[in-house]
Amino acid sequence: MSSAAATPPLAPPVTGTPGVAHGRRPSTLMAYRWELRKLVSQKRTYMGLGLAVILPLIFVIVQNVHQHHGGGGDSIFAAQITQSGLATPVLMLLFESVFFLPLIASLVAGDIVAAEDGNGTLKTILTRSVNRGQVFAAKTLAALTYGAIAVFLSALVATVGGVASWGFDPIKTFSGSIVSAPEGLLLVFAANACYMIPLLTVACIGVLLSTATRNSTASVVGAVGFVILLFIVSGIPGLEGIKPYLLTEQFENWHGLLRTPTDWAPIWHSAWVCALYAIPSLFAAYLVFLRRDVAGG
Amino acid sequence: MLDRSEIGQRATEDTARGEEAPPVRARGLVKRYKEVLAVDHIDLNVRAGDVYGFLGPNGAGKTTTLRMTLGLIMPTEGTVELFGRDPIRLGARALEGVAGFVEAPRFYPYLSARKNLELLAALDGGGARERIAEVLQIVELAPRAKHKVGGYSHGMRQRLGIAAALLRRPRLLILDEPATGLDPAGMRDMRELIRRLADEGITVLLSSHQLPEVQELCDRVAIVDRGRVVYEGALADLRRQGGAGYRLRSTDDTRALAVLRAQPGIEHAASGEHGLGFQAQESDVGALSLALARAEIGILALTPELATLEDLFFRLTENGAQPETPIGAGATA
Repeated sequence: MSSAAATPPLAPPVTGTPGVAHGRRPSTLMAYRWELRKLVSQKRTYMGLGLAVILPLIFVIVQNVHQHHGGGGDSIFAAQITQSGLATPVLMLLFESVFFLPLIASLVAGDIVAAEDGNGTLKTILTRSVNRGQVFAAKTLAALTYGAIAVFLSALVATVGGVASWGFDPIKTFSGSIVSAPEGLLLVFAANACYMIPLLTVACIGVLLSTATRNSTASVVGAVGFVILLFIVSGIPGLEGIKPYLLTEQFENWHGLLRTPTDWAPIWHSAWVCALYAIPSLFAAYLVFLRRDVAGG
Repeated sequence: MLDRSEIGQRATEDTARGEEAPPVRARGLVKRYKEVLAVDHIDLNVRAGDVYGFLGPNGAGKTTTLRMTLGLIMPTEGTVELFGRDPIRLGARALEGVAGFVEAPRFYPYLSARKNLELLAALDGGGARERIAEVLQIVELAPRAKHKVGGYSHGMRQRLGIAAALLRRPRLLILDEPATGLDPAGMRDMRELIRRLADEGITVLLSSHQLPEVQELCDRVAIVDRGRVVYEGALADLRRQGGAGYRLRSTDDTRALAVLRAQPGIEHAASGEHGLGFQAQESDVGALSLALARAEIGILALTPELATLEDLFFRLTENGAQPETPIGAGATA
């Protein structure tokens, strides 16, 4: 290491009461930005996003190769796949909303705290000038951002692929009424935005598992396993009464947007049902994170 | 730049006026993991300007204590304060002016050293970012700053850990085994850097297994064993407690041993491979030399042997007692 004479003093003045080392305290926004930069720098991040991009691409390619002319599907959108390119993103959302998008969101949410615990970097960032609450908020926001980006990317690729293959044409909704292409495009992205409510709730559960278990694999598997468990529960005869309150049932909340007139009821219902899952999960995760012993690394 | 005595004096005056709390004050720290008592009522008193050695065998509770000191783990009982602020209660606010690392410093392997420091500087706020180039220069990592930390050797990560700590311009530096994994030149450089930091007024809490390093750098030490502090105080006092030993080579060791055993003030006289060892106050050694002369025994060599920190460390941690056994007798018996 370089000699003492060559470098300026390393220490601050020794007098006075030590206070904030550098004046301005770091903001949560700054911590959030760095969480995103960390995500951008990791290969694993692109695995999930790659899945979100590849699935609609494969779908579009397969449909092009088979020259599907509609009428063979079991939904109104499958029937009009070659009639309007906007049917593709709706079909993709129907397909991906059940398992793939929750899996992609869980990949990062389940990893976001546990990976740092395992690598020992949690102690590195918790001995700086940000408090634990800020770090937790930044990590949670980053996990939610990732889930939202995955949904958006998937919708974007499906829309571009669909429109490029079959045109930007009016589309028939669940109610059978036809909406113009621009309105259909708006509805497609609004539907994806609505779907983010239950999806980001899955991410919140992933963050809780990541904080509590300190194990990335267990957290990802746990979050996805929870979704599968709810699907099983929803199929058990005699439990129909609880079905409207299962998180998995909220994955279809966006269907209301594609009806004429717009049915807002499932969207509002999903908002408060998801809040019942998300808020306690985040609150519990926050408490665990604040009080946990950081002994790894 | 102030020298150590000025800093120490100023700190003492500040404390006396109640203007500034000590860098580290721990009282009755306990950490229990189910059945295991990792830390058992530890008190620490690190004063401003100290280079404070924190010693103990593996599993003695050093790292757990340091983690509690930095607010990373919650004490089961007891309190710790950094400049009078409780890191458990106040979180990051208590760590202002404090930096360091516990166990091996950890970084994001997929980011370069510079990016890692940029991240940490962002989490420090203010002007820390402007010091990145300077601290990289100090630890001689500037040429490798753009390389990913995943490809760094252990020693390079240790140096990056020091750089990350210096970003905060600390007044208290907590270093856990900073020389581990360094080659001899790296260890020497690390010692020089720590000495330089201390000279500039930074209080250093240094946990180390390198006893010669602690002996060279530290003025005060705490030795822990099985979760308890078995000694805390000035290193010089500890060495004095260890007793002054002497080694004697004479023209007739057999008769000389008899004289030693009969002489008042001479204790623990014993014969060894390299002569005779004994324990005595300096004033009694003069009388001994006269007694040997009266017995017509020639003195070939009579040399004082101070207890080394290593001797004292093993005596404290292996016997679980305060230093009592004389060093001369121990060395030669």
